[in-house]
Amino acid sequence: MLEINGISKTYPGVIANSDISFNINTGEVHALLGENGAGKSTLVKIIYGLVKPDSGNLLLNGVPFRPGTPSEARKAGIAMVFQHFSLFEALSVAENISLGMDNPPNQRDLGKKIKSVSESYGLPIDPAKTVGELSVGERQRVEIIRCLLQNPKLLVMDEPTSVLTPQEVDILFKTLLKLRSEGTSILYISHKLEEIRKLCDTATILRLGKKVDTCTPEKTSTKKLAEMMVGSTIKAPEKLNKPAGQVMLNVDNICCVSKSQFGTSLTNVTFDLRQGEILGIGGVAGNGQDELFAVLSGEQFSQHGSISFNGINITKFNPNQRRKIGLLSAPEERLGHAAAPNMSLIENTLITAENSQNLVSLGFIDWKKSKAFADKVIKKFDVRTPGSQNTAGSLSGGNLQKFVIGREILQNPSVFIVNQPTWGVDAAAASSIRQALLTLSENGAAILVISQDLDELLEISDQFAALNGGALSRIEKTAELSMEQIGLMMGGAKDLEARNV
Amino acid sequence: MISGGILFAALGENPFEAIRIIFWDPLFDPNFASYSRPQLLVKAGPLILIAIGLSFGFKAGVWNIGAEGQYILGAIFGASVALAFYPMESKFIFPLMIIAGALGGFLWGLIPALLKAKLNTNEILVSLMLVYVAESILASVSQGLLKNPDGYGFPGSRNLQNYESAANVEIIANSGMHWGVLFAFITVIFSYIVLTKHIQGFNIQLTGQAPRASKFAGVNPTANIVFCLGISGALAGLAGMFEVSGPSGQITIEFNSGYGFTAIIVAFLGRLHPIGIFLSGLLIALTYIGGELAQLMLGLPGASIQLFQGMLLFFLLATDLFANYKVKIGADN
Repeated sequence: MLEINGISKTYPGVIANSDISFNINTGEVHALLGENGAGKSTLVKIIYGLVKPDSGNLLLNGVPFRPGTPSEARKAGIAMVFQHFSLFEALSVAENISLGMDNPPNQRDLGKKIKSVSESYGLPIDPAKTVGELSVGERQRVEIIRCLLQNPKLLVMDEPTSVLTPQEVDILFKTLLKLRSEGTSILYISHKLEEIRKLCDTATILRLGKKVDTCTPEKTSTKKLAEMMVGSTIKAPEKLNKPAGQVMLNVDNICCVSKSQFGTSLTNVTFDLRQGEILGIGGVAGNGQDELFAVLSGEQFSQHGSISFNGINITKFNPNQRRKIGLLSAPEERLGHAAAPNMSLIENTLITAENSQNLVSLGFIDWKKSKAFADKVIKKFDVRTPGSQNTAGSLSGGNLQKFVIGREILQNPSVFIVNQPTWGVDAAAASSIRQALLTLSENGAAILVISQDLDELLEISDQFAALNGGALSRIEKTAELSMEQIGLMMGGAKDLEARNV
Repeated sequence: MISGGILFAALGENPFEAIRIIFWDPLFDPNFASYSRPQLLVKAGPLILIAIGLSFGFKAGVWNIGAEGQYILGAIFGASVALAFYPMESKFIFPLMIIAGALGGFLWGLIPALLKAKLNTNEILVSLMLVYVAESILASVSQGLLKNPDGYGFPGSRNLQNYESAANVEIIANSGMHWGVLFAFITVIFSYIVLTKHIQGFNIQLTGQAPRASKFAGVNPTANIVFCLGISGALAGLAGMFEVSGPSGQITIEFNSGYGFTAIIVAFLGRLHPIGIFLSGLLIALTYIGGELAQLMLGLPGASIQLFQGMLLFFLLATDLFANYKVKIGADN
């Protein structure tokens, strides 16, 4: 149906796509597999008319196809669900959908259409609801319905499951398989191998902008797929099972009102964190993760309840006071929160390491010591940069994340709180960050990892709990949990079944 | 400068001559240089002093637009101390005036700072509005409280230049180098050290560049706002005090001359860098003097030089924009 012939695209300094060719057949689910930076996004943007290729061409049903804009691509029957949704939170579902249409019908007809599409594909949604009130999974349904209303011949989905609970993933897969049976082709972008093996008929693997192979994922082992994707074998972090020590951090019944309008307030969160233990907090984004991190790092104070560190009440301690007693944290947002983008790595050490490394004496900054500490982080954590005088913003996501995590770990925290440690980080860097966290815990630190990547939490955490609507589920031993139980802890599929599929 | 030339040509003067008179004659023409060169320091001193203070706040994203008001209050506080002691002579009076001047500006700067920290008001509006309050206070005291009893009923205070203990005299005769200018130079060095070597300077820059990171780093936002507005207020107050005890000599209704506003241009023209501010302060002072000269020699309107200063800032900001962004004509696909 869609033929991709020798597509190349070069950005200054990077070859994003180099001579990529493959075909997508009618009624097939075709996986596009690759690490961050392998060129998946660029290729998809070319198909959707957002980027023009330097060379090569596309054939749609045998006819040359060169979309100049997304609306041209949509007219040709190509629809796309982005990883980051483009929805207005303050508008209703129907209003959001009509905004993306070229000739929107009136709201009542549109509402009926949305209802009928959502029922026939098992995507229950109320067209009159405000998007701000919807869960992430429901928002994704809005995006999918928006695409389906155009009767697409090719549906492009960019990392659709990264924000869903396991149950919601099942519903999504049923919908996609129904679409396939009706003859719609699906281009499915992901780096989750198990999913691809379950869902996709064909997989094209990209690495460093080049096509590595096209294969049938069902007949290829996960290990083989991973090796093709990364280009070498990745050493999985090793986990030693050690008994947990004494309670280092006790969080008792905290409640905290979110500062952002569509944020989630924390309600009665209670847990203990022990020495040598990693507690993984899962959950779909926007269920109170940012608020929990802010309360633990000291950027926000809880209105109710208490936090104590090794017996000391630290509920009203600010971030610096917490650092002084050994509670360190690494936020999710690297640029602008964990690090200042326009400052050098040397300057960025001062953000959190000022006291523990004695980088400041009598108010004056010891630049030599700061540089030495930055260099040490760079060396120990294999941060790839020409030097510590380079700005934080000039580093790639993975390298900056290694720097941020390394900056905290080298200060020997006794409690370490980390939010999304490997978000947007390539597989090799992610694996080394996870290993570093495990090593830190083996040395006796108590670690809390907030993450939306379930595989990551299953790999490194001893105990697991999920945040759902600002409340924390029971805490269970990770090793004893099934995927289904985890899904239920994360809030299941919000009481919605895959109906009429 | 080319646009300046066009402006002057439009006003009916020879553009080359106008520019030469503004930028060259004040320094090198034998007829004017002896008067103009000291004047350069006299004008540049307060501009640099105020601009350095403003640059702290601007770096942290705290926009103090009301330096003019802090300048006036500094002058009133300084002059009040002097007049309270009149006619006693003592070497302690002048240092006391310095402290009072700084305190006056500091307190005036503290008002928008505390309002912002406690009630989250906009410091731009509050500090600007306080300029008009300060101007009213100035008018009131120069006709009332601080009016010269021997002044035959004219508004305005005693002339401090005639009061030895309170006069801000030239350190080197006929150089224009009075105590305020010396203070400005010291401030340049001081702020250079704070910004490059001290943690407070680092925190200010961090707050301006990445507010969330600065909160994460444990910088106290209230203390930061108070520090930024306080120090810019204190330095503006000092500038006012040195002006009233030196070049101006007395508190009058039209004592303030817009230094507080021009200093904003100086701060940005100097890229908020202490050395840059030092140089841009001298440059803007030169346009003041050159402008006066051009008014005298060519009959150019006084406002034209303000227009010229405005253009300088405008072009600088435009250069920044074009250095960071590319203009695209037509839709990009």
